[in-house]
Amino acid sequence: MEGGVAERKLISRNFDRPESWTLAAYEESGGYRAMRKAFAMEPAAVVEEVKRSGIRGRGGAGFPMGVKWGFVPRETDKPKYLCVNADEGEPGTFKDRYILERDPHMMLEGIIICCWAVGIHKAFIYIRGEFWSQEERLRRAVDEAYAKGYLGSDINGKGFDLEIVIHKGAGAYICGEETGLIESLEGKVGKPRIKPPFPALVGAFDCPTVVNNVETLAALPWILENGGAAYAAIGTEKSTGTKLWAVSGHVERPGVYELEMGVPLRVLLEDHAGGVRGGKPLKAVIPGGSSVPVLTAEEALACNLDYESLQAAGSMLGSGAMIVMDEDTCMVWALLILEKFYAHESCGQCTPCREGTEWMHRLVGRIERGEGTAEDLAKLEYVADTIGGTTICVLSDAAAMPAASFIKKFRGEFEEHIRLGRCPRRGERWTAALERAH
Amino acid sequence: AQEELGFISKEALEYVADLVGVPYSKAYSVVSFYTMFRPRPVGRYVISVCANISCSLMGADSVLDHLRRRLGIDVGRTTPDGLFTLETVECLACCDGAPAIQVNRETHFNVTPDSLEQLLQRLRSEAQSPARKPV
Repeated sequence: MEGGVAERKLISRNFDRPESWTLAAYEESGGYRAMRKAFAMEPAAVVEEVKRSGIRGRGGAGFPMGVKWGFVPRETDKPKYLCVNADEGEPGTFKDRYILERDPHMMLEGIIICCWAVGIHKAFIYIRGEFWSQEERLRRAVDEAYAKGYLGSDINGKGFDLEIVIHKGAGAYICGEETGLIESLEGKVGKPRIKPPFPALVGAFDCPTVVNNVETLAALPWILENGGAAYAAIGTEKSTGTKLWAVSGHVERPGVYELEMGVPLRVLLEDHAGGVRGGKPLKAVIPGGSSVPVLTAEEALACNLDYESLQAAGSMLGSGAMIVMDEDTCMVWALLILEKFYAHESCGQCTPCREGTEWMHRLVGRIERGEGTAEDLAKLEYVADTIGGTTICVLSDAAAMPAASFIKKFRGEFEEHIRLGRCPRRGERWTAALERAH
Repeated sequence: AQEELGFISKEALEYVADLVGVPYSKAYSVVSFYTMFRPRPVGRYVISVCANISCSLMGADSVLDHLRRRLGIDVGRTTPDGLFTLETVECLACCDGAPAIQVNRETHFNVTPDSLEQLLQRLRSEAQSPARKPV
């Protein structure tokens, strides 16, 4: 890598070590020291340290972790729970998978620290059903932790008990939504709940519940060992620390790269991911997982990777999943894939989402197949403009943002499909293939 | 139930609903909500092709085309010999290895026509061996 900014490996430091997922390897590299340090502190002091770090939820919402923990009542008659969100389902995202495969103990240590800080004695790891081999690795890590006395009864020598339960999902994106996850954990259909009340007060089994993402928890050992202030000194003022970026699509080197917040997008794309594959011109980038607005090549190459910069650029950091598209990509075709996804994954509770996602799917489909009219495009824009902010959860917004941004930035392609009655780029062969696929 | 029978039969679902103490309709709503629950019999090998954005950018369409032709079935169908069911799925979080597929519990990254051929051959000969493969 010439010039540019190197990776800053806080969470990913062990990823390439042999047998990195074993307890032995983790402890050899300094693992579980942070847990012991946390146990020597008052729980409230641990919460303060996390607040000081400024770390924000890495699942996609970006809500400050310490603040979320602070919402959980310290004194309560009810048991408190942690739900670890390992349901990684945002298209383009695979960074949690890397943690589960390559360093599950770092996440476990983070879980223990969280539970100590908040006063939780039972943690559920909700892992998506498709993660078969990852669940095996996780199970082995949990067994190792129990055998070593890091989980179970009296793990700190002063009576602190912690039990971990691994719960498998069964193929539903909406179960990555924190309340959808809780509903699913309770054995029901994963339909999100209206908030407030927030899970911190009324969560799993009606008890105060913290829901945290895998990556956010995995950051805790470093934060405890080095201090919240040290974490906050990395990155930018409001986007502290590092982020695991999952890069995919038309790049030379797809994979996970850990960078300080604030690094230029160009550095991730070109220096780390090797640039657009085959040296082709860049066309578009979705910077934060499929649910965030798309950026044109020009916009992408001008922005930095932190919450504020991406928002200022008209998009969002989201889950930190960068999807790269080269000049041969038909943007109407790409949008159809996304809208089919949201229509499929809508849980169906709320009319604007249930009907709106299906409408958008069909309208983009008509346009993509060359059967669309100008009225269809107007209707598509109208639906995208209307359904956000009207529903129990943000799946409607997630479906609307791609549609609105693709049309705004690549309007010409939609109009061309309508005018020509076919896809100018991919032709009839591709359109037919897509039709059969759906 | 699904692991034992290969799918969740009506009788199995009735049994579970009764055991848990919920109406059949509620149990059925749960089964129909989650894509990994199978209310109908499937082949010995379920080939799940990710058709989401990154895999599509890397040629998922071609993967599907290839499998349709080689297996002689359409998406959602099972081969007459009961060996293969072909389905599309949403993002598997394997985008670094796009196009990616899952066959039962195994994930396959960066699939190509050649690697698919080898895979199908391996599965076919595995199916002929007397040892029973878990679902």
